[in-house]
Amino acid sequence: MINKNFGIRKSDIINRRMFIIGAAKLIIFGGLIARLFSLQINDNKKYLTLSDKNRIREWKLPPTRGNIVDYFGNIIAGNLKVYQLHVIPEQVENFNYLISRLKVILNLSNKRVEKIKKKKKQLKPWESLVVSENLSWDQFSKINNYLYELVGVKPVMTISRDYPFNDIYTHVLGYVSQPNENDILENEVIQEKFVPGIKIGKLGLEKTLENDLIGVNDIQRYEVNAYGKRINQLEYQKGKQGSKIRITLDTEVQKLCAELMDGKAGSISVMDIYTGEVIAMYSSPSYNPNSFLFGISQDEWQLIRNNPLKPLINKTLSGLYSPGSTIKPIVALSALENGIIDTNFKVKCKGKMELYGQTFHCWKEKGHGWMSLNNAMKQSCDTYFYEIARKLGVDKLKVTAERFGLGKKVLGEYFENEKAGQFPDTKWKINELGKGWVLGETLITGIGQGYTQTTPIQLCLMTAQIANGGYKIKPKILTDDNQLTSEQVKKAMQTTSLNEFNIPLYDDPKNIKIIQEAMFSSTNELYGTSYKSRIDDPKYQFAGKTGTAQVKRISKRERELDLKTFQIPYEERDHALYVAFGPYKNPRYSLSIIVEHGGSGSSAAAPMATKLFKLIVDRHQYRKQIPDYKEFNI
Amino acid sequence: MFQHTRLNSDQSFFQKVKNLDYILIFCILTLSIVSLFIMYSTDGGEFLFHTKSHLIKLSVFFVLMLVISFFNIKLWHISSYFLYIATIVLLIWVSFYGIRVSGSQRWINLYFLVLQPSELMKIAVILCLAKYYHRINIEKVNSFVGISFALTIIIIPIILVLSQPDLGTSVLIACSGLIILWLGGVKIKYFFVSLITFLISLPFIISYLQPYQKLRILTFLDPDRDPLGAGYQIIQSKIAIGSGGFSGKGFLQGTQSYLDFLPEKHTDFIFTLFSEEFGFIGSIGLLLLYTIIIIRIVRIGTLSRSIFAKLFCFGFAFAIFIYITVNLSMVLGLLPIVGSPLPIMSYGGSSMLATMVGFGIVLSAKIHSKQVIA
Repeated sequence: MINKNFGIRKSDIINRRMFIIGAAKLIIFGGLIARLFSLQINDNKKYLTLSDKNRIREWKLPPTRGNIVDYFGNIIAGNLKVYQLHVIPEQVENFNYLISRLKVILNLSNKRVEKIKKKKKQLKPWESLVVSENLSWDQFSKINNYLYELVGVKPVMTISRDYPFNDIYTHVLGYVSQPNENDILENEVIQEKFVPGIKIGKLGLEKTLENDLIGVNDIQRYEVNAYGKRINQLEYQKGKQGSKIRITLDTEVQKLCAELMDGKAGSISVMDIYTGEVIAMYSSPSYNPNSFLFGISQDEWQLIRNNPLKPLINKTLSGLYSPGSTIKPIVALSALENGIIDTNFKVKCKGKMELYGQTFHCWKEKGHGWMSLNNAMKQSCDTYFYEIARKLGVDKLKVTAERFGLGKKVLGEYFENEKAGQFPDTKWKINELGKGWVLGETLITGIGQGYTQTTPIQLCLMTAQIANGGYKIKPKILTDDNQLTSEQVKKAMQTTSLNEFNIPLYDDPKNIKIIQEAMFSSTNELYGTSYKSRIDDPKYQFAGKTGTAQVKRISKRERELDLKTFQIPYEERDHALYVAFGPYKNPRYSLSIIVEHGGSGSSAAAPMATKLFKLIVDRHQYRKQIPDYKEFNI
Repeated sequence: MFQHTRLNSDQSFFQKVKNLDYILIFCILTLSIVSLFIMYSTDGGEFLFHTKSHLIKLSVFFVLMLVISFFNIKLWHISSYFLYIATIVLLIWVSFYGIRVSGSQRWINLYFLVLQPSELMKIAVILCLAKYYHRINIEKVNSFVGISFALTIIIIPIILVLSQPDLGTSVLIACSGLIILWLGGVKIKYFFVSLITFLISLPFIISYLQPYQKLRILTFLDPDRDPLGAGYQIIQSKIAIGSGGFSGKGFLQGTQSYLDFLPEKHTDFIFTLFSEEFGFIGSIGLLLLYTIIIIRIVRIGTLSRSIFAKLFCFGFAFAIFIYITVNLSMVLGLLPIVGSPLPIMSYGGSSMLATMVGFGIVLSAKIHSKQVIA
């Protein structure tokens, strides 16, 4: 009985306490449910993202670069199928054996094998090892034959940049190569699209238009497990080829430029005088950009680097030259515009003039006699230009020169390495050199010597603006969607309404005409400096101005010796220059030619213009026929 | 009196069958089936080793549970102390001859089963204390000797289990034991006193912990401390549960598990996988199932006439509750990671054996609810 009572009392305590525990349990389970709710309902999105981040890995593939085509749609920078050999390390059982087999099959050098082994050590676990970037078809098919015994070897067909015209366009296009750390850091687009093996523009248009050309990566999305192993492919997202870029250059003209400059250093530029389209732009010598695609060999690189003609410099845009007599049209124009002279103004050339205690020589020792503007331009009489420069003053000359584009970059937005050159005035000298202007310097500025430095493209632009009647044009190298033809621009310039095409650079249109005629005389009249290079056929007839820029001041003794060009050491020879526009009756194109150390402009540079104008004018009819080049087959 | 002292009960086999708690059995069966499906999922959707082994153990132990339920509850009362001592012997034996896995020595290889005596101890402690409080005179419950004896029953296995080392199981044994003390009538002030004592001795306990155990506790406090190391488990577990969302990713669709981001997904982290695939709804359902099981056990305890059966049922119900709570709190990032399986769901024979034996005794208590134990 006692036991039983105890039992009842015990039961009471137990049941009561159990009730308390039951309540506690409910509260605790409630807490757990609340926690579940917070994780699964409130933060569901956050954890879903984390779970996807866990399991989904993206593999980007190199994007296909956009093509660059010339004005007629010919691909000048395209893409080529290349055969590569990749090794997937995780599939390889015996790496050393595999490499020794590949060595035999592909005939690899010991040095190459060592390089591959070194590369393998630096590999991230998911990366595949690129054994060869550019296999020949023979090698590729050989590998495919042996594939059954080469476990882990993956023959890959991929795409590489290709420059079908080799060195013709190098200085325009630049080239592509593997990006270095700086390239990646500097450009966010490259950063985003970077994958090992990607090639990016290193120079020229390939570099400045990188973001348009680069394209969109193909993306493979894989599901991976906790150890990073691919389980299955979720998605293959096709990328997009980069934009196609159409440039204004004409491959045929560009080719002729290369031909003409063969073996010489210098540059040829050709420009549409109305639209500002650059038709050709060749810097000589050039080099083959295809050499850089798979890493240039040390030997080949040294050959390019050590070439005394400096193929690495884009002379069209960054070569700085004294313009020599090619500046004379601007000097004459400035004098006319400022009312210093008129067409009747004459100077007597005695071969030299004494001024400010110095002797200033004309190129013609015996002198030209009485010279009018037209005559002085025709025969390039220095004395005449000394005199009008003296009367004009350098500051007024600079205003005119600047209007016509000297001292300013021409295509700077597309070429990082373009130089602005300089046209001096008194202020410039004080600021830059800290010295006052010496009046004698005005004289030599008037014949394009002294401090003046111009690039070939500037001279081409200057000539174009003289040729089109003195209107400002904006040079361009890319075609745009709504581009106007030369005819349309010309028409716009002739109407009185002011728009972007007819900002005149002159005060009196008569003056431009006088200059154009003087340049015509220089080429087409007897005693003209480039008379020998003239074309009589009015279809091709052009006007021009020669220039010979001294590289070294001529000493008195040398002047007396009157050495022939070939008797002077190469690097002391004068630069030969020529600027021209044509056809004269209905001008369309301007050009500038510079042959470094070529001797005189009339003998080394002007003859090239003859051949060029024939081609340029012939090409013009094709050029104007293609509002839509896609339908035009040439 | 005579019939009460007999081990054989007065009920016929059919009466016993009739007296089984079918709601409880149904719930256990449902849980077992769910656990099989989840095991199948952890095997990557194939009928592989873990699923097979889990199926075999579940079947054998389920039958064992039913067999146990037909034994008279008095049998357990009589053998309680013996079972307790036998388990202690096993624990000692393990510390000498047990299998050592990654620094812990907890298992005995019985070839058909790798037995973990500490899991059995969870039941043995409850049985032992239930018998103690059944027999003890209520006036002596709060006496020094009374409390000391009960505490000794708890402390001996805890020390043995801690030395394995197995913090999780020893905490669970302590909890199950202490709750019986509380139910048995030990005054609440003693619990407070011991809590304070425990807090004071905490520095000593911490210095006694293994470095990896300390790390786990530190990691719990700040899981992002070492995201790829000790914190990895809890971070991945939360990602799995959280990404499950309201209705889950679907059966066999749990990416966290399928792609091996989940560690120990077969055992302690099985709920994570379940919750990833079946979501909030599934988790609530599972908790509901457990809740019904606990309520049924408590009800059987309430209806039992003997203090022993009552205490065992309540103690066991609490043990089940505490296992679930500790396991879920752990995978939900509310408690440090201590090895603690989820009853029935987790892979592992010993834990399942102990749980099924416990259910068996509870079912026996139901059948023999009118049984008075002297």
